[in-house]
Amino acid sequence: MKQYISNIYSALITVFIGMKITFKHLFTPAVTIQYPDVRVALPGRVRNRLYVNMDDCIGCDQCARACPVSCIAIETVKSLPGEDLGKTSNGKKKALWVTKFDIDIAKCCYCQLCVFPCPTECIYMTDVYEFSEFEREKLVYSFTTLSKNEAIEKKQNFEKFEAEKAAQKAAPKPPAPETPSTNPQ
Amino acid sequence: MIIFEYLADLFGAIPAAFISGILPIAFVVPYALFAVYWERKVSAHMQDRLGPMRTGWHGYLQTIADILKLIQKEDIVATAVDKPLFNLAPILVFAGSYAAFAAIPFSSAYIGANVDLGMLYIIAVSGLVVAGILMAGWASNNKYSLIGAVRSAAQIVSYEIPTVIVILTLFSIVGTLNLYELSEIQSSNIFNWMIFGGNVIGWKKIVLIPLMFAAFIIIYLTTLAEVNRTPFDIPEAESELVAGYHTEYSGMKFAMFFLAEYANMFAVSAIVATLFLGGYHSPFGYLGNLLGISWLVPVEQFFWFTFKGLGFVTVQMWLRWTLPRLRVDQLMTVCWKYLIPLSFVIFLLVSLLMVL
Repeated sequence: MKQYISNIYSALITVFIGMKITFKHLFTPAVTIQYPDVRVALPGRVRNRLYVNMDDCIGCDQCARACPVSCIAIETVKSLPGEDLGKTSNGKKKALWVTKFDIDIAKCCYCQLCVFPCPTECIYMTDVYEFSEFEREKLVYSFTTLSKNEAIEKKQNFEKFEAEKAAQKAAPKPPAPETPSTNPQ
Repeated sequence: MIIFEYLADLFGAIPAAFISGILPIAFVVPYALFAVYWERKVSAHMQDRLGPMRTGWHGYLQTIADILKLIQKEDIVATAVDKPLFNLAPILVFAGSYAAFAAIPFSSAYIGANVDLGMLYIIAVSGLVVAGILMAGWASNNKYSLIGAVRSAAQIVSYEIPTVIVILTLFSIVGTLNLYELSEIQSSNIFNWMIFGGNVIGWKKIVLIPLMFAAFIIIYLTTLAEVNRTPFDIPEAESELVAGYHTEYSGMKFAMFFLAEYANMFAVSAIVATLFLGGYHSPFGYLGNLLGISWLVPVEQFFWFTFKGLGFVTVQMWLRWTLPRLRVDQLMTVCWKYLIPLSFVIFLLVSLLMVL
């Protein structure tokens, strides 16, 4: 009988204690963050989407070689002697036309290994993290500043130049065929 | 003057009965829309969340969006179900919970049917809900639905006993089962409410108060169990039985179950408020009487009635997010070993007191 009454007492008391706790929580501010409207500040060194500043890129291919998952594809074409490609922001002279600079961000593992070898610090991680797409092809970002036609033109110019050089050399000697110097990855 | 009598003078008895019968729908549907939103908000804030925030200001259009979604949904009927019963069950469940509103006085001007055995009628028609739930569980031809339905039937049958005994206790004090008369007995003063011993006077009232408090707690728990709410929600225990007896339902039929559940929550809260907390009566007296505007009084009474009903619905939600679900054996222990003996003791004591 004593047990019976103490059971009733403890049942009621624990229910009221529990109700008191939930009532307190009713008035504690919510921890929810209204995501698209309110965003949490990201830490200073977050690694998110890659970005390439093509004004500074010299087409050295070091980032592509550093990439453990081969998500960077670079093709370059040598410039002709007369062409001026400008300088990078830290004073290096650009010598290559970058005809292709594709990053497949779907493959990217955000390891940041491509960032460190870059001599001009033109490839870096940004804090953009919302870039989902409906088609996987759209995740291949093309950073090159040259249009398709321009890239073909540069290639043809270089081949012509090579052919002319070869023809000049071939005049005294027998001609040696040469393939266009591209740098496929 | 009751609305039904007023309408009967205007249109005759049968059209008046129809209009007066449809009026609670005009209350129940907006109430259910609000209660679903309110439940989501209360539960969210109790868990330190925000709940729906993106449909309108603080998500106030959320339930309307939900209803629109449910209307558009395909009405899936599995091939193995017993089709006539399957289609009848949600209607029966809603009819059962809606029929209970007939005998509940919303204010001194509105009661659906002013019958002398109102409370008995409510207990009887809420049995229809059990039939509907069993029908849904059996017709679904699904083990989870069947287990849920059987659990629900066992639970409601057990918990109706203490409910009825507590109502019998009240009957032994006031001598009426008509909820309208019961409300009128509790008028004029907060200490005339049944929880403070009703219209009994003298030393008997002082003895009655603790007994009435205990009876109030018992009937609140049992009605909570009868509407299958947490901590007595084993019939639809999400973590064990998917959704219990309405696992196989989709679209509008599911919405019917949902509507019936929320209608039932208000019905039992209203019954508890009517039995113990003065029904539609204000605890402070009426502004309408003070200003001499007679039509304002029923409006105020309606406000107090919905206030009390929604208050109890809120406590049901509050309990839902406080207590874990009881096991089946614990559920039966609570009912048969604690609530029924205690309610009998209260009944005997109160009866003795009233005989003295």
